[in-house]
Amino acid sequence: MNLAMRDIRHNKLRFALTGMGLGLLLALVISMAGIYEGALEDALSLPRSVSVDLWVVQPRTKGPFAEPSRIPRDTRELVQRIPGVAEAGAVTFQTVQTVAHGVPLRLFIQGYEPGRLGGPAELASGHGITESHYQIVADVSSGLLLGEKVPIGPYQDLYTVVGLTRGMVDSAGNPAAWITLLDAQTIQFNIPPPLQRREKAAGRTQLVNKDVNAVLTLLQPGAAKELVTQEIDRWKHLSAVTQQVQESYLTEFVINKMQRQLGLFMIILIVVSTVVIALVVYTMTMEKIRSIATLKLIGASERTIIGLILQQALILGIGGFGFGVALISLIKDYFPRRVQMEQGDVAILFGIVIVVCLLASTLSVRLAAKIDPASALGG
Amino acid sequence: MLAAEQAPLVQVGHLSKYFGDGEARVDALGDVCFNVFPRQVVGLLGPSGSGKTTLLNCIGCILEPSSGRITLDGEVVYDERWLRSDLRRLRLEKIGFIFQAHNLLPFLDSTDNVAIVLDLARFDAATARARAIELLDYLEVGHRKHAMPAALSGGEAQRVAIARALANRPRIILADEPTAALDSQRTGIVMDLLRKVAVDQNAAIIAVTHDEKIFDRFDRIYQLRDGQLGVIEGYADHQQPSLW
Repeated sequence: MNLAMRDIRHNKLRFALTGMGLGLLLALVISMAGIYEGALEDALSLPRSVSVDLWVVQPRTKGPFAEPSRIPRDTRELVQRIPGVAEAGAVTFQTVQTVAHGVPLRLFIQGYEPGRLGGPAELASGHGITESHYQIVADVSSGLLLGEKVPIGPYQDLYTVVGLTRGMVDSAGNPAAWITLLDAQTIQFNIPPPLQRREKAAGRTQLVNKDVNAVLTLLQPGAAKELVTQEIDRWKHLSAVTQQVQESYLTEFVINKMQRQLGLFMIILIVVSTVVIALVVYTMTMEKIRSIATLKLIGASERTIIGLILQQALILGIGGFGFGVALISLIKDYFPRRVQMEQGDVAILFGIVIVVCLLASTLSVRLAAKIDPASALGG
Repeated sequence: MLAAEQAPLVQVGHLSKYFGDGEARVDALGDVCFNVFPRQVVGLLGPSGSGKTTLLNCIGCILEPSSGRITLDGEVVYDERWLRSDLRRLRLEKIGFIFQAHNLLPFLDSTDNVAIVLDLARFDAATARARAIELLDYLEVGHRKHAMPAALSGGEAQRVAIARALANRPRIILADEPTAALDSQRTGIVMDLLRKVAVDQNAAIIAVTHDEKIFDRFDRIYQLRDGQLGVIEGYADHQQPSLW
């Protein structure tokens, strides 16, 4: 006879409500893990989408995502001539703010040379950039529609949306967008006419900056990555890092704080969950003191009593966890940022919930062990 | 009424129990001796704090005496230190308990409240339920076999509690004020049932009571006063043989 289940069935509404309350708390823990995984996925989506062998950046910087990196535009031609290099493409990165459909919109804009490395990897709809100016490919998360015109830059030039990608955002969750390198350089580096006149009066001649932030490099099959890297590093104004290093810069430096923040928050929530489970199980045990005393008196073993408490704690925890997972699965798409539930994370959290339930039961088990069967007789 | 030729089911010899030490020592029971025979219904009377619950706890294998001997159905319980599991086994196999407030488990229906005892003794579920229903019918409460304790009247609940006490076919039944929560009509019914059980099951029943109206239902009534046991005159139907 399963006493735990009989007791739950007897108090099913109260047990269900308690489980739901706990489930909401566990849903927070699950969402924290999902937000972290989502942030990681978001941060790596752009560098992974280009999938190159080497990133040529400014030396002693962790550019272009972790730190500003500026190298001359002709670096692309220089890199392309190095033996072993198959393709190269100059790119710029910047965040701009505009207004679309009456609401502010932040876009992480990547400038690239159409036909070279650095463009959107896969389009969900529309087509790539076909003209030199004022065309934009944006991620669907921006809310922009094909054919729509969006003002970008200090002079609010109108860019026409010609293509849409899916799932491409930066480490802050801003939707990604692609324009031509020329347009991107104009937005990022061009100085306004009054400042141009002042610079000219001061005798400075280089008024138009043609720098880029990085050059993406794809090697020929069989080419030695180390040799090409050494060749690029010989130039004192250039440095080459591998795709793996570039990704590690993002995870270690850009979203590291977020990871620690969410991790600490998760630990606090797990501690709170432990206390809540302990309190709930303790209260349930307190309410059953007379029943437990009676059970002991009529011959129930300690194992039967402990089993009753542990089973109820586990059913509560597992039920709450299931409710939390189901809830987050249902609402995760409504979060402003990606919430990614990894099976591994869910499995680890499940294990933690089991351990938490067992830990939280110890107080109640101690209480039950102390219950004197004589108390059933009274007197 | 009494099978005097039979060996006693409960033998209590020179039993004493004290709590605390030194100046704080309280003597709850002192040199208590008595026997209870099969088919005998014995009453235990005494004011609050006189030691009757302590005596019931000692006989019920719940409380270890300070000295003395207790033998239940031929098995010596206290003559040396016993393990708790042995006491639990004795409770499960030889003793049935009836409580003042019936103490039915609120999350089990009548049948399961009776069957739980057999479940704990590792009987299979079908056998346990069949025996439970048989007992509920025997105690004329079979029509309430699916009712939860909260839906039972006081008399019905006490009859289910008696059925639970009988589930493991115990030879010894300990009852703690079994009629305290009942009106006079139901008190009579319960006492008749206890008498029926004692005769049918060849069992010994020891009941703590304060209810003077049921004194005539007992074969013998012992009175405890300050831990000392005495027999109330007029309620001793036979000479107790000395066994110690």
